[in-house]
Parts: sequence; structure tokens; C-alpha cells
Amino acid sequence: MEKREVIYRHSGTVRITHWINVLVLLVLLMSGMQIFNAHPALYLGAQSNFDAPILAMGAMQEDGDTVKGVTTVFGHSFNTDGVFGAATDAEGNVDERGFPWSVTLPGHRDLSMGRRWHFFFAWLFLLNGLAYLLWSLGSGHLRRDLAPSGKELSHIGASIIEHAQLKFPKGKEAKRYNVLQKLSYLIVALVLLPLMLLTGLAMSPGMDAAFPLLMLGGRQSARTIHFITASGIVIFVAVHVFMVLISGVWNNLRSMITGRYAIEPAEEKP
Amino acid sequence: MSGERGLHRRGFLTRGLAAASTALLAGCDELSDQPWVKRVLDSAETLTRVSQRALLSPTALAREYSEADLAPAFRANGSTDPGDPDYKAHAAIGFADWKLGIGGLVEQPLELSLAELRAMPSRTQITRHDCVEGWSCIGKWKGVPLSALLDRARLKPDARYIVFYCADNLFETGEEKDKYYESIGLVDAYHPQTILAYEMNDQTLPIANGAPLRLRVERQLGYKMAKYVMRIEAVDHIAGIRGGRGGFWEDLGYEWYAGI
Repeated sequence: MEKREVIYRHSGTVRITHWINVLVLLVLLMSGMQIFNAHPALYLGAQSNFDAPILAMGAMQEDGDTVKGVTTVFGHSFNTDGVFGAATDAEGNVDERGFPWSVTLPGHRDLSMGRRWHFFFAWLFLLNGLAYLLWSLGSGHLRRDLAPSGKELSHIGASIIEHAQLKFPKGKEAKRYNVLQKLSYLIVALVLLPLMLLTGLAMSPGMDAAFPLLMLGGRQSARTIHFITASGIVIFVAVHVFMVLISGVWNNLRSMITGRYAIEPAEEKP
Repeated sequence: MSGERGLHRRGFLTRGLAAASTALLAGCDELSDQPWVKRVLDSAETLTRVSQRALLSPTALAREYSEADLAPAFRANGSTDPGDPDYKAHAAIGFADWKLGIGGLVEQPLELSLAELRAMPSRTQITRHDCVEGWSCIGKWKGVPLSALLDRARLKPDARYIVFYCADNLFETGEEKDKYYESIGLVDAYHPQTILAYEMNDQTLPIANGAPLRLRVERQLGYKMAKYVMRIEAVDHIAGIRGGRGGFWEDLGYEWYAGI
């Protein structure tokens, strides 16, 4: 019978940049929602077509006097009262905003502080991301651990089915990322996170003047892509945390803290 | 019994995460009120300003658009109808005997009427106005380049900033110290697109958009572009003026460098 084996899975650089990123992305997300709340609507193009936002959150007067929080997506309105758009407190005061103040930074309307948190942590995000990417390229981490082989890609269907059944590899196979992990980490590290930075800069009038060609369809399109990409990262994190929880939470956490990861022996046929 | 232990651990983890995030939220809010945290977070503004200045040549123009891109209705934000009695008196007669004052660290202080400003060489530009709130509108502006006014008044060598004093008072206190003001450095003051606009979309500048004169600083956010400009002063530092941070919104916590 194979023995339980402990391997060294994550290098110091991966572990440190991972946890810095956790903190940085959390602050960026929360302060980002504060900034969004200053004008909770999204548009396409260079400027704002106030009459036809592609997404908007706000208060809407119903018949009579009741005011409800409403989210409008491509002209379709949904009642999101109490969550997005507006909430009414016990005294009947209507608070119109996008996201609830319980998830923004600061936890009440304060655009200037939201911007300060956001831009300070955006610099940390840039430096941390650069450190990770340069190290990953130089050390071979990208090529060795993250780039999927042709063979892996051709078996992606089987891997999807295994994941859907919540079956995780054991033994030798568990020593490396599986193809779905490789692809999702690559997309996050090389596409989504860099896109957050680019679309963020594309909203800056200063950067816009410096690099007119990089402006991704105009300031309002950039703001919309920034929002959608952030939502994509939130979805990734939700799935990532779920997978961490169900595939051996302590082993996973330990490997991202100390680097050491226990490999359970492959099941033997009786 | 590993299943039960797993469940127990999961419950512990969930509760732990919930407690941690609540603590983090409360902690960040408390941190936001600490002066030292503000100072640390402020360091990003310097980093952003220095980086953008390095990437952005002093004469690089903000993008200019075509007539077809003009916003159907250019949004007016902040003050839209100043209540100041002097201002109202001037507005009532179309600013006919109103004068822009230019003073401070200049060799030749000036008082210029709207007619005199209109007689000077002008610049017309169709640009995108980016509000700090997140929206944008494209408008057409015609006005006097600020550089032409500063050349006429001849800046003294120790002048570092140009301060704009305005007629509007967002707090509506009626007090001079609460009125809108803004400041820019000499790089932006001499930028070709920095103008004092008296026309918007081929019409006399409406009161809602800052009549008789509004500043355009096209490579920064909307709040830098002071409306209802009454007086311009060249100074060597901004720390001694009102809140000390160089502008109405700056004194309320916004960045002086609003290029992002």
C-alpha cells in the first residue's frame, strides 16, 4: 500500500503574493463598491448616456408612496429592494445607493476615502502582481506548474466530469494542478487581474491623455469592463474557496501557509 | 467519525470567517478616521502624480472629439445657480460690468471685462468631462488660454500655483471662506488646453455650467474645473489658503492631483 506523503507544494513567493493579494483584492473590491455607489450606473462608449444605462441601481417610486430599490439591466427592471438600489430603515428613511453600505469601504457614503483606499491598494496590487509575474516567468513556475500540456487539454472533458462529481485526484496525480486549476489560475493571473489594472487606468483622464490608444473603447466602456471583470473575479474566488473547503480544507490552507501538502495514497483496488 | 469532525470544522471556519470579516469592516472604518492612516493612504496620490507626470508630456493633449460626439445634454453638477448677491446682480445684467481679477505674484495685476476676454485669441476644444463620481459628458468649449492671461500679467519667478476663487458656495453659508476655490500647478496652467471658457456648445456659457467663466483642465477630473471664476491669484504655496489642501473638494478629503 502507498504511504501518505507530504510534499512541498507552494514556494514562498506564491504563498506571500497569494495572501497579499487576498487582502489587497478585498480592500479594492470594497472600496470599489464605494466608488461605484457615487454613480451606480454603467454605460458603453466614451460618455454616459444617462437615459439608457446598461446597468443601473436606484430607488424607484411605486404606486402610492412606497419607494423600492430597483436594478435595471439592459432596460429590464428587477426589484432588488434592500440589497441593490435602495433600502428603507425602521424609521422609513429611504437610503438610495448601489451596493449596501455593509459591504463598502468606508461603511457609509464617503467617496474621497473610498478613492484613497482604492488607489493606495491599487499600487500594492500592481507591485504584488509584478513581483508574482516576474518571479513566475523567471523561475519557470508559469511553464512548469501552470501551462497545461496538449495531453491535459485533450482530457479536459473527463476532468470537468470528475470536478462536477466532486472527485479529486489522489496519489501521484494530486502532486500537480489539474487542467481546470491550471486554466482558471492562468486566466485569473494573466487575463482578469491585468484587465482590472488596464481598465482602471483607462478611466483616468491623465492616462487617457498619455496613451489614447489603450483606452479600451472609452472611459465608460472601461468602467463597465472594470465592473464585469471584478464580478468575474468575485465568482472565481467563490468557486475557489468552495473547492478549497471541500477538497481538504486544512491540507489546502496549510499548503498555502507553510508550503507543505499531504498527498493521500491512491485508492487500491481490493 | 471524520464526517462529523469535518462538519464541526466547517462550522468553526464559517463562524471564524464571519467574525473576521465583521472585525475587518469595523477595523477599516475605524482606520479611515485615523490621521496616520489618511497620511499613509495619501502617499499613493504622490506616487500617482509623479508617475503620471513622468508618463505624460507637459504638452500631451487630452483627446478631442468631433461635433457628432457632443452629449445631448451636458450634465451640470455641484452648484448650478449661485445665491451670492453680488453674483446675482452681475448675472441679472449678463455680466456686462463684471471683471475678472488677476493678481497675487504677478508684475501686472489685471482687471478684464468679458468683452476684453472675448477679444483675446481663443481656443475651441471638444473634450470629455470626467466626473469624480464616474460619469462622463462630451462638450465643446471656447475660451481664453490661461497661459495668455498669465503672460499678460507676467508671473513673478516665485509663483508656483494658480488659485481660482469662485462665486458659488455649496454650503450656502454666505461666508467667503466656504466659497468654491481650486488650484493648479504651472504645468497645467500653461497646458494648451487649459482655458477659461466663456462659451459652451457654441452658446454663451450657461449659469448652470459656470457663467461667466469656467476653468477647463482637460487632463484632470471635473472638480478641478472651477465654475463661476471671479478672481485668479498666483501664489508660491497653497498650504496657507483656507483648508490648506488647495481646493474646496480637496479640503474635504479629495486629491489635489485629480488625474485619476
